[in-house]
Amino acid sequence: MLHFELVTPEKLVRSEEVHMVVVPGTEGDFGVLEGHAPVMSTIRDGAIQIYRTDKGEPELLAIEGGFAEVNAGGLTVLAERVG
Amino acid sequence: MASLKALKIRIGSVKSTQKITKAMKMVAAAKLRRAQEAAIAARPYASRLEKVMASLAAKVTVGESGPKLLAGTGRDQVHLLIVATSERGLAGAFNSNIVRAARRKAEELENAGKTVKIYLAGKKGRVIKRFYPTQVVVDHEMSHIKTVSFADAKAITDDVIARYEAGEFDVAHLFYARFQSALVQEPIGRQIIPVALPANDAAVVDDGGAAVEYEPDEESILADLLPRNIAIQIFGALLENAASEQGSRMTAMDNATRNAGDMIQKLSIQYNRTRQAAITTELVEIISGAEAL
Repeated sequence: MLHFELVTPEKLVRSEEVHMVVVPGTEGDFGVLEGHAPVMSTIRDGAIQIYRTDKGEPELLAIEGGFAEVNAGGLTVLAERVG
Repeated sequence: MASLKALKIRIGSVKSTQKITKAMKMVAAAKLRRAQEAAIAARPYASRLEKVMASLAAKVTVGESGPKLLAGTGRDQVHLLIVATSERGLAGAFNSNIVRAARRKAEELENAGKTVKIYLAGKKGRVIKRFYPTQVVVDHEMSHIKTVSFADAKAITDDVIARYEAGEFDVAHLFYARFQSALVQEPIGRQIIPVALPANDAAVVDDGGAAVEYEPDEESILADLLPRNIAIQIFGALLENAASEQGSRMTAMDNATRNAGDMIQKLSIQYNRTRQAAITTELVEIISGAEAL
């Protein structure tokens, strides 16, 4: 499972284990699964898709102004606004 | 000696003042808890952003052509002092401490031959206009804000950065009170523009040896993060300020309540003595009248 954290300046919105997250990067969407190579990317305003399980509908969250980092610890998305 | 009636009225008035200060203290205590929670909730973002900035800073070399927010304007002449205060008074020395810290810095800069401009965020900073009537460039309106949100901090940041880009100032300092406890709030001033990057040594974090891929590239990510970093610093300052304000008010109102209590006690003693004296005089009069018969 991928450790996923979504943080806004006001609070830690999510911190959970998920299957996959599709991040709307500035240069195109990218999906992050467990064991993804380290990436730092800026984000364009859009929806982030969270897949809790392999199959099933993704949960959509609109985010604005942000930044994503993938490292050994998982995926961290810093967004200015969520929702 | 004050008359009995005057004393009674005075006791009544001090009692109602005490009631008000007691209520204010309790309101401040409740608000303090909320403000503290908000300040704590903002920490994860700030610490993660700082980590990312640190690891980026280790990889990017800042040249003259680098982002202006990082490299500076190349001058050190005009300083902007951002003074964040509260919207309400009756909070002990909270606001005057911040203003004093800002004034001290302004004096120091002016003695060094620099130009000082002042940016006010919060109504209670306006006293500074008395000392620097022409240098207050902005009086940012915050009275409609109940609880500080990131958008409020962003509004200030955008304004400040726009002025920086327009060349209105070279260095910006931020003044606010850091919250230590309900009893102690320390007024501090900090430089926020140009951005001081976190020390590089601490930056070598767990890359796990793997090469990190940057999208688009290090420089543009850094340029994107810099204004965000300033915004989060201002947001943090506003949150700390909110907690400090309530803490300071709570302490001040606690003192006021206690002082009112002392005063009531003193006045009551005086009242009772005066009453006793009046009774004694009356008795003496009656007895001596009866004896004369």
